[in-house]
Amino acid sequence: MPGEYAINYTAVLVAAGLGGGLVAFLFIISYLLAPHHYSEEKAISYECGMLPMGRFWSQIHVRYYIFAILFMIFDVETVFLYPWAVTFVSLGPAAFFEMVIFILVLLFGLAYAWKKGALAWR
Amino acid sequence: MPWYVDITARVGAMLIFLILTVLALVWLERKFAGRIQMRLGPMRTGYQGLLQSLADAVKLLLKEDLRPANADRWAFQMAPFVVFVPIFLIFVTIPFSRELVIRNLDMGLFYIIAVSGLSIVGIVMAGWGSDNKYALLGAVRSAAQMISYELPLVLALLGIAMQASSLNLVTIVEQQRFLPNLFMQPLGFTLFMVAALAELHRSPFDIPVAESEVVGGPFIEYSGIRWGIFYLSEYVNLVAVAALASLVFLGGWEWPLLPPAAWFLVKTFALIMVIMWVRATLPRLRIDQLMDFAWKILLPLAFVNIFIVGLYRLYQWPTWTVSLISLAMAIVAAATVYHFPGGERR
Repeated sequence: MPGEYAINYTAVLVAAGLGGGLVAFLFIISYLLAPHHYSEEKAISYECGMLPMGRFWSQIHVRYYIFAILFMIFDVETVFLYPWAVTFVSLGPAAFFEMVIFILVLLFGLAYAWKKGALAWR
Repeated sequence: MPWYVDITARVGAMLIFLILTVLALVWLERKFAGRIQMRLGPMRTGYQGLLQSLADAVKLLLKEDLRPANADRWAFQMAPFVVFVPIFLIFVTIPFSRELVIRNLDMGLFYIIAVSGLSIVGIVMAGWGSDNKYALLGAVRSAAQMISYELPLVLALLGIAMQASSLNLVTIVEQQRFLPNLFMQPLGFTLFMVAALAELHRSPFDIPVAESEVVGGPFIEYSGIRWGIFYLSEYVNLVAVAALASLVFLGGWEWPLLPPAAWFLVKTFALIMVIMWVRATLPRLRIDQLMDFAWKILLPLAFVNIFIVGLYRLYQWPTWTVSLISLAMAIVAAATVYHFPGGERR
């Protein structure tokens, strides 16, 4: 019998397999039961009932990109925060205040982005 | 029973439980929203419309499956899998009671955060693959919203990890035998629920799927059972978030009298009802209000929450002090939101 860790993450794999299996199973049932009447008109993308103008490729505003960068910064930070959260009581005040300084540095970055108007949605 | 049969049986039971729960929830939501809006809701199929969601499911199975001619075939067809599977993976470590769990992972909380972030990839795939402007726009909005609200969500859960000094959900629940974390961290709970509403794309944060703006967002080109999978995922995600909140904030099964799993389900469904209530009550936000709210209010408050919990844990403050500070902060947050300027109108 494999170890606890291996069993735990085998369960994750089994869940992924069964979850994907359920979706595939529903697709197959639907494929067998549903009608298939292909026509050119049905395969046109929806656009308010008119014929679509061009392809879907449209320009996306750069502000999405800025938010993605900000997210990356803080999300990486949370990865550091989780191991610390579990152990900081046993490590004592020094560990806590070091992390507070780390967070403050990043919050300074947030304040800078805020000041520069990166957080404004316009 | 050999271990692999055991886990397969548990995963299968969870899958069946979730499908039945979703069928019930779809009915419940329509009925509940109907009553709030002084309608009857579904009445025709079965007693009080009880068979409505079953009828809907059969209808979805029998619908023709359409795919736009120019759609990116792989992205379009794989998107339902990529949305559903990560959401289902959350349930691997959601304990219904001490024993009623597929596997009790030591890093349960972190694992849930990790896999729940994945389904955004599926939504972007759906939007990208559909060859539709509204779908792409909805997917990009969805990505922006989910990454913005993921931060307060993750940081609110960090407060729980600090409180419990553990990421194991069973340990976290057992520590709440006398005092649920809700009373310790009302601010954390508020942050979690608000961010969770946004992660679920539920009103008032349903901008990515807003019918009047992007006509259904990323899922616009999906029909029949493919669309049904997205719908299923949405409700499974609702159950997952409510279950997680009832575990880490409301104390899960650790209350007397009723059997443990029953307490867990009562709390989970109470939270689901609250989320449905919000949906039936509040109008949709504008997207600039949405992003401002995440970055300028929720994120700083989440760090304040961490700071309070850290000081409390480090210096062994009495319990009531941290509850009071956290509650005061929650009230300040509510007042800020109430007076929050809705951004410049252009």
